[in-house]
Amino acid sequence: MVLNSIEKLLEKYEMGETSLKEEQVLKNYFTSDSVAPHLEMYKPMFAYFLVSQQEEFTKAIPLKSKRIFDYKWISVAAVAILMLGIYFNNPRDVGTINDPEVAFNEVSKSLAMISNHMNKGTSTVSYLDEVNKGTSTLEYLTEIENTTRIIFKPNK
Amino acid sequence: MTQREFLNIVMPFKDKVFRLAKRILISTEEAEDATQEVMLKLWNNKAKIAEYRNVEAFSMTMTKNYCFDKLKSKQSQNLKIVHSNYEDKHTTLQRQVELNDSVSWVAKIIEELPEQQKLIIQLRDIEEYDYDEIADMLNMNQTAVRVNLSRARKTIREKLTNTHNYGIK
Repeated sequence: MVLNSIEKLLEKYEMGETSLKEEQVLKNYFTSDSVAPHLEMYKPMFAYFLVSQQEEFTKAIPLKSKRIFDYKWISVAAVAILMLGIYFNNPRDVGTINDPEVAFNEVSKSLAMISNHMNKGTSTVSYLDEVNKGTSTLEYLTEIENTTRIIFKPNK
Repeated sequence: MTQREFLNIVMPFKDKVFRLAKRILISTEEAEDATQEVMLKLWNNKAKIAEYRNVEAFSMTMTKNYCFDKLKSKQSQNLKIVHSNYEDKHTTLQRQVELNDSVSWVAKIIEELPEQQKLIIQLRDIEEYDYDEIADMLNMNQTAVRVNLSRARKTIREKLTNTHNYGIK
């Protein structure tokens, strides 16, 4: 009687019409010890299903809640710095001179200092003349050109 | 959503995700990587989790798609995922299965099934999902699921009967 119902269930099972409960009945039957000899071949199938069910994922699940860097904070910081700069950089006494004559003197003094330093700089550059001298000796090379011109008569 | 809340949602089906990934990718290591990847994707989109109708079904679909993508990219690299390429370090279960030779035949038979049927066998006979859940996960209709399942079961039974009767593998 039990066997009969199992066979019917198997038929339904193969058609894909069994419910989960009925499949559970089949699984229980075929994993028990009392399987009818002519249904023996189903045993490994259900055994495999049971074994596969027990496989577990043992590795840890990596949940690095990485904080995505938000670029909008850069602009916020930039604006803040700009504001601070403007706030602290209000014009203070920079040494304004009211008397034009004194001012003129001051300016000419500082300009003179600049030109002084400038001259110092350019004087060291004067060594560059040496290079010019060197190139002038190279002028002799034109002589070679003259001779080659003689050898290879320019074709007209 | 805190990590604990997330884990409470994810823990019940993480093994199913892993087994599905392994069914497709075969190698345990690859399946582990895939599972981690899927979990990470879920975690990164945790804000949307409440919107999903069925997180579990959604994850299974995601796993399936991810694994197929993985397979495709491996194929384009001319790197085939075959069992021999990746040595299985976790011998416990594999050994257990192989000890029982006839059970390992079933594994081989299932491995040889077409992708779709393989998935359906995995989802129905091993994970015991409802037909409508499977249909949802695989984006098929129920009838198609049943037809494929029936074919797969018949193939397995036929091959097992042959092996049983004549000892042909």
